[in-house]
Amino acid sequence: MKLLPGPLRRRREEPAPPPREAGDGDLRKGHEQVALEREKEADRQRRREALQEVPIAVAGWIDERTGAGPFLRGFLYRKVPKGTNWFYTLGSATMFAFLSQAVTGVFLAMYYKPTATEAYSSIQHIDEDIFLGQFVRGMHKWGASVMVVLIFLHMGRTFFFGAYKYPRELNWIIGVVLLILTMAMGLTGYLLPFDMRGLWATVVAVNLNSSGPIVGPYLADFLRGGAEFGATTISRFYAIHMLLIPVLIAALIGAHLYLVAKLGTTAPPWLKAEKARELAKEEI
Amino acid sequence: MPGAFEGETVTRRRLFTGGAMAAGGVATAAFGLPALGFAVGPLFERSVPPSFHDVGPVADFNPQTYVAKVITIDAEVAEAGKATVYVRRFDATRDSDRLKQPYVAISNRCMHLGCPIRYVQASERFICPCHGGVYEFDGKVAGGPPVRPLDRFETKVERGRVKVGPRFSLDSHLHRFKVRDPSNHLDGLWQYIYPSRPTT
Repeated sequence: MKLLPGPLRRRREEPAPPPREAGDGDLRKGHEQVALEREKEADRQRRREALQEVPIAVAGWIDERTGAGPFLRGFLYRKVPKGTNWFYTLGSATMFAFLSQAVTGVFLAMYYKPTATEAYSSIQHIDEDIFLGQFVRGMHKWGASVMVVLIFLHMGRTFFFGAYKYPRELNWIIGVVLLILTMAMGLTGYLLPFDMRGLWATVVAVNLNSSGPIVGPYLADFLRGGAEFGATTISRFYAIHMLLIPVLIAALIGAHLYLVAKLGTTAPPWLKAEKARELAKEEI
Repeated sequence: MPGAFEGETVTRRRLFTGGAMAAGGVATAAFGLPALGFAVGPLFERSVPPSFHDVGPVADFNPQTYVAKVITIDAEVAEAGKATVYVRRFDATRDSDRLKQPYVAISNRCMHLGCPIRYVQASERFICPCHGGVYEFDGKVAGGPPVRPLDRFETKVERGRVKVGPRFSLDSHLHRFKVRDPSNHLDGLWQYIYPSRPTT
């Protein structure tokens, strides 16, 4: 099994102890019978071993046809610099927040109705009538804030550790695009419950867009689907919120991760400072 | 040219590479452009048909103060499609007759970012709850962040009933303009920086 490194590789079972030595009672049995039992035992042992090999065989079958093994080895067992600490997990945490949003969002879409007349009552239905509805919607609602907070923490980590510098500038840019897309998710998602808060927040947000010179008014028309807030607005926001942006975010997370795996992570800046101090001491 | 036969201007490989790219581009454009047009189509259509809403008999209104009336701008979105209009009779002593409206019908949409304003009789001012915009009795900005006077509606009287029609915008001297979004300035060159759109 090539996929896993030495220590994690599944060890074969110790060979089964030999069958009991023939006792007094067994003396009466013929040699043939003893041989038969031994054979049966050996057969069972072979079957057990064959069964244990099944997952490895399946993984091997896939590996042989996709070359996933070398790829995953490079991706999952890459070297990380000395000093790597818990701050380096903020990116993964953000990604899991996104995954949680994606999964809860897909299931909310099974009950939510994106029309002006039914949106609010369908949310009430989710909250009040559906098993775990309030919990799943709560995860989506609060998870949205969690994701934004985690993004900023991740961004701060990248900034203060200097991890945006050469050759990782492109990954910083992709990250900024992901941040903007997440903000757009927040904007479009806020309208969907279609309560007064969501409605007026959207009115204000669209008029903010309209305040941009020349293109602003047209952008506002695009968001509303017309000059006035109407039935088109909510279906437009819904389509952007659950189809357009999630696909873009997923694709860009893929690119982001690819670059992380390709370029590796940086050591925390204080390690370089320690090194510099050591060098300075040597020179004195 | 390297890789080409005598007299050829393009190699076979280049021609086929270019051809495959062009075919892919055409195929993508074939669904991409219509989809894009479909999404931005509403930008080029008039979205609010010009119509007049009945707000009550002439006797309901006077020149001294505003009466709040609710009209339905978009019936499809229930409460969200309703708008409050503050209506009073034209008063030759305080209103310029340049706008040629028998009634003054002021929209409750704040010109800062579109929150709903309310009229306060005690101070004869319109006040916005969101960011503190304040307007004079005639809708001109008295203070706060709003960028221009409150929008108005066209008005007319038919068989003794007051009707409120399409919305229009005003600059700070109460000159009439085609309707703009809140947050769009209108004075001087601003009217070109915030152009009117085909949707209105």
